[in-house]
Amino acid sequence: MPNNIVHSTDTSHAEHPAYLRHHFNSVEQQADTTHFAMWLFLLTEVMFFGGLFTAYLIYRNWYYPAFVSGSHQLNVVWGTTNTVVLIFSSFTMAMGVWCSETRRRKGLVLCLSLTLFLGLVFLGIKTIEYREKIEMHHVPGFHYSLQSFLDPESNPEVYREYHDKPLALDMAQHTELYFSLYFVMTGMHALHMIIGIGILAFMIFRARAGAYTEGHVTFVENFGLYWHFVDIVWIYLFALLYLISRH
Amino acid sequence: MSEPNEHAHHIVGPKIYVLILIGLLVGTALTVWASFVDMGPWNPVIALAIATSKASLVVLFFMGVKYSSKLTKLTVFAGIFTFLILVSMTLTDYFSRAWGNW
Repeated sequence: MPNNIVHSTDTSHAEHPAYLRHHFNSVEQQADTTHFAMWLFLLTEVMFFGGLFTAYLIYRNWYYPAFVSGSHQLNVVWGTTNTVVLIFSSFTMAMGVWCSETRRRKGLVLCLSLTLFLGLVFLGIKTIEYREKIEMHHVPGFHYSLQSFLDPESNPEVYREYHDKPLALDMAQHTELYFSLYFVMTGMHALHMIIGIGILAFMIFRARAGAYTEGHVTFVENFGLYWHFVDIVWIYLFALLYLISRH
Repeated sequence: MSEPNEHAHHIVGPKIYVLILIGLLVGTALTVWASFVDMGPWNPVIALAIATSKASLVVLFFMGVKYSSKLTKLTVFAGIFTFLILVSMTLTDYFSRAWGNW
C-alpha cells in the first residue's frame, strides 16, 4: 500500500505567531493549556506542603508544651518583617505580569528586578534567623541543646517576654521535633525561593532583550503563579510557626 | 490576524493590585496584633482565619483566579477541596484514636 500520509496544508509560519506550537489550534488554546498545567503542578505543591503542615498540627497537638516553648524561641519581629517583604514581592510580581501584558519592557524589567531583590532580602533575614538558631544550638542533631527548655531563665531575652516554665526532660526533648519541622518547612520554602530567584534572573536577562512584552506572556504569568504560591505558603508558615503559640 | 494576546484574557490593572497589597498589609498587622491578645483556644483559629483570607486575596486577585476560565476555577477548587478532605480525615483519625494515651 502506498504510503500516502496527508500532511496538513497549514504549515506556513507566516499565518501564526512564532511562539504558537503546531500541536495547538490557537494561541488561546496554548495559553489555557499551559495555565491549566501550571495549576496542576501547584496542586502537587499544595499536597507536598500540606503533608508537612498536617504533620506539624498533629505533633503540636501531641507535644503541645514543647511546641509552645520551641515557638517562643522564634523572633516575631523578623517573621513579620519577612512577611511584609514577601507580600511586597508578590505585589511587584503582579505588577510585572501587568507590565508584560501591556507591553512595557522597562516596567517589566524593573518589576522583576524588584521582585528578585525582595526575594534576596527575605533569604537574608532567614539567614540571620538560622544563624541565631545555630548559635543557640537549636538545630536538631548531635549539638542540639535542651538548656533553653530545661532552664528557661538561662535565655533572659526570651524569658522576659514569655516567662516559660521549665519543661520536664521528656517533654523538653520533643522541642527537637518542633525545630525539625521548623527547619524542614522553612527550608523547603527557602528552596522554592532560591529556585524562583534563579528563574527571575533568567527572565530579567530575557526581558531586557525584549522578551515577554511582544504578546507572549505565558511564561511570566505562570512564573507569577509560582511566586504567589510561595507567598501563600509563607503566610501559613508565619501564622503556624511564629504566631499561634504566643500564649 | 488578531492581536495574539487580546483573547478573552482579562488584564488586571495596578489599581486593584495596590488595593490587594494594602489589604494584605492590613491583614498582616491584624494577625500580629491578634497574636498578642490572649484568646485561649481561639488564637490559632483567628490566626488561621486571617491567613486564609490573605491567601484568598492572593489566589483571587494576584493569581487572577477571579478573572480566569471555569476550568481554572474548577481545578483550583477541586485541589483545595481534596486537600481539605485529606487533612481533615487525617486529623480526625489522630485526634479521636486512643484519647489521652499519648
